[in-house]
Amino acid sequence: MKLNNTEPLEYSTNQNQMNILGFWIFLGAEIMLFGTLFASFFTLENGVGSGPSGAEVFEITPVILETVILLTSSFTIGLAIHAMRINNKKATLAFLGITLLLGLSFLGVEVYEFIHYYHVGVTLQTSAFSAILLTTLGTHGAHVTFGLFWGLFIFLQIKKRGFTPETTNKSFIFSLYWHFLDVVWIFIFSFIYLKGMM
Amino acid sequence: MEFFDRFAIPHPSPMIYASMVAIGLVLIAIVIGLTYFKKWGYLWREWLTTVDHKRIGMMYIISALLMLFRGGADAVMMRLQTAVPDNTFLDAQHYNEVFTTHGVVMIIFMAMAFIIGMMNFVVPLQIGARDVAFPRLNAISFWLYFAGAMLFNISFVIGGSPDAGWTNYFPLAGTEFSETVGVNYYMWALQISGIGTLMTGINFIVTILKMRAPGMTLMKMPMFTWSALITNVIIVFAFPVLTIALLMGTLDRQFGTHFFASTNGGMDMLWANLFWVWGHPEVYILILPAFGIYSEVIATFSQRNLYGYKSMVGSMVLISFMSFLVWVHHFFTMGHGPLVNGIFSITTMAIAVPTGIKIFNWLLTMWKGKIRFTVPMLYSIGFIPLFTIGGVTGVMLAMASADYQYHNTMFLVAHFHNVIIPGVVFAMLAGLTYWWPKMFGFMLNERIGKWGFWFLSIGFCLAFFPMYITGLDGQARRMYTYSEETGFGPLNMLSFFGAGLMAIAFILIVYNVYYSFRHSPRNVGQDPWNARSLEWATPNPVPHYNFAVTPVVNSSEAFWDSKKNGHQLFKNKTEKIHMPNNSGLPIILAGLFFVFGFSFVFGIWPGVIIAALGIFGCMAYRTFEKDNGHYIPVEEIEETEKKLGGAK
Ligand code: HEM
Ligand SMILES: [Cu+2]
Repeated sequence: MKLNNTEPLEYSTNQNQMNILGFWIFLGAEIMLFGTLFASFFTLENGVGSGPSGAEVFEITPVILETVILLTSSFTIGLAIHAMRINNKKATLAFLGITLLLGLSFLGVEVYEFIHYYHVGVTLQTSAFSAILLTTLGTHGAHVTFGLFWGLFIFLQIKKRGFTPETTNKSFIFSLYWHFLDVVWIFIFSFIYLKGMM
Repeated sequence: MEFFDRFAIPHPSPMIYASMVAIGLVLIAIVIGLTYFKKWGYLWREWLTTVDHKRIGMMYIISALLMLFRGGADAVMMRLQTAVPDNTFLDAQHYNEVFTTHGVVMIIFMAMAFIIGMMNFVVPLQIGARDVAFPRLNAISFWLYFAGAMLFNISFVIGGSPDAGWTNYFPLAGTEFSETVGVNYYMWALQISGIGTLMTGINFIVTILKMRAPGMTLMKMPMFTWSALITNVIIVFAFPVLTIALLMGTLDRQFGTHFFASTNGGMDMLWANLFWVWGHPEVYILILPAFGIYSEVIATFSQRNLYGYKSMVGSMVLISFMSFLVWVHHFFTMGHGPLVNGIFSITTMAIAVPTGIKIFNWLLTMWKGKIRFTVPMLYSIGFIPLFTIGGVTGVMLAMASADYQYHNTMFLVAHFHNVIIPGVVFAMLAGLTYWWPKMFGFMLNERIGKWGFWFLSIGFCLAFFPMYITGLDGQARRMYTYSEETGFGPLNMLSFFGAGLMAIAFILIVYNVYYSFRHSPRNVGQDPWNARSLEWATPNPVPHYNFAVTPVVNSSEAFWDSKKNGHQLFKNKTEKIHMPNNSGLPIILAGLFFVFGFSFVFGIWPGVIIAALGIFGCMAYRTFEKDNGHYIPVEEIEETEKKLGGAK
């Protein structure tokens, strides 16, 4: 394996560079995936049938809470990568840990939100609007859940193996993923919640 | 026993029972054969766990050929049923199932597998690479495709086949009109293989962007590699749309949502739109690699370099972009205003322009060339006029107002077979014959191959041209029968006859493999066709590391230059080579996906949960695993090369 010392560790091997490029392309596919969900959402938004509309069921507090938590976690994962670049293992682990905890609390609030929807009669089967709402939120939530496990495994690997070309590469890619989920959330926040409440 | 009732087939017939027995017998024969000849270990070590792009490519191609026969059997049954008026060979329900599985098998499991197989085998060799960027992911792609294909193919003996057409329009595909689990199979088989295809897309983009031999700039890539790059970009952008459509379809059918229902706010046209936003790019995913193969074959056998390299690349880029802007032409008649129809009419016709440019480039490559009429070249020459007819009828269909006459008639069926068979299938056969010596070290017999070509071409014309006429006369597609008075009988009989000739052609092609395996000479050399691009600079059979020394490239025809213009391909000295390790994980993962899909189809939730946990377990295992591959020492490389008489 040829090591290139002028690049940060996560870019240092050919394979690492390819992993990162591959992940960017994967994110391109993810944009199409969420794009399709958004397009379907806009199509079905008014298809409330006999069920309630967004304006009737959206609650601002949990949504704001979720937004703040997720935005903060995007910041902390950035700090974790920064700490990794300056070779500070302790700080990296700390910030990665905080990120994961924030992710977990995001999910907690989202579960609360789903229970709320259930109580006000918004389930998958209520209407086309409710179905696409829950599917879009659910797809994002599933991504976050997946990210929690993935992040946890990376946490354990850094802890055990320290910074190697592999662990730094994985952490960097994970940070891209996490930022991406944040961006998706911003779209959900603006075009589903805010637009729906107006 | 009640548990097993759900697996019964809803519309049994003696034919289905016979197939069940046949499937059982074949499986038993395979197991006994492998055990008797003690081949399990070999199979596992050399094939099932391989991450070698060449072997994965071959497995794709073999699976594609199997699927070609499955889909071909469906086709013959349909033509038999419609050969005479008021026929009762198949009833309406069976006919529905047969045209549905025919379409899906041919597009998703035959054509897609064939082009991806070709890309797997050829692209790394053409760019001078040792493998793809993510070899293990590549194996996962293949095995997911295979799991999806198997899941789809067992539907007709366990639980019932899908019956709502390959387009699977809702509400027809909803539980109200498709009560069996058939459409669930459709959803999960496509979902699982689609995930594999998406990963292939990512894998090949990175491979082509990052692993080219030194000196090979983008504009010096061989044309097939260019077509593969563009195709994979389309894959990455198109397949996620299908993923979501299938997810929503599954939720509608199995969780009672109302995405595509006409009640509670749902919208059935959403499915049609999503399907074709993926579906139209999908047809270009199939045709662009075919164009790439024709470019290679025509240049080689005209013994000239490809005419208009830049315009070839430019037109493919344009096609890939435009392929996302035409989807509405599949449902002009389904209630849009004139403005929308007008716009999509024009975009559709416009896409014929870059296609036309390519046709002229091939013609000009042949112009003044010294043409050798080999089997691959015959397919390429046959492709040009036949595909052009398909393109012209496509432009006819693209005129929205006229489409009201021939939409959903046999005219449409004739059109898309006219582009898919001379376009994609001819290309696959041309490519297979062309690269066969690289894959297996001997040539296919030319004489039998030419017979195959003529049977296929003439059979094609007889089978499909009559449909243009009956279609314009009003014969609807997907109708299991018609009455005597319509007068469609004689032309349909002709069509059946043509289909028979095509079936003979495929038998000839298979026979050719057997014949050549027995009788062809083995010492054909590394370059039997006097070809032009890098893959021919490797010895036969290609060693698993491909190139002992990374080649240095100066043009899109580096190998030709090394033969004729004194370009030195292999300048550097041999160094140890890094190669990825084999892995059993991909096939295990795909097996779990199969169980997941199968359980989901029948709503057996414990199975779903266990398989899902297994899948996550595999991923977790993978992330903790340390696998840095292995090195092949210089001595071993030199020894292999000496044995094969390869690189100097
Ligand atoms: C000059 C280029 C082409 C044009 C202008 C064109 C135009 C069209 C139009 C307008 C339709 C819809 C007709 C209707 O439903 O009434 C159609 C259907 C279709 N085309 Fe093409 N096409 C072209 C090339 C191709 C190619 C290259 C392929 C495949 C490799 C292809 C495969 C199909 C398929 C599979 C369908 C129909 C499927 C269905 O409804 O089941 N076409 N084409
Ligand atoms: Cu189309």
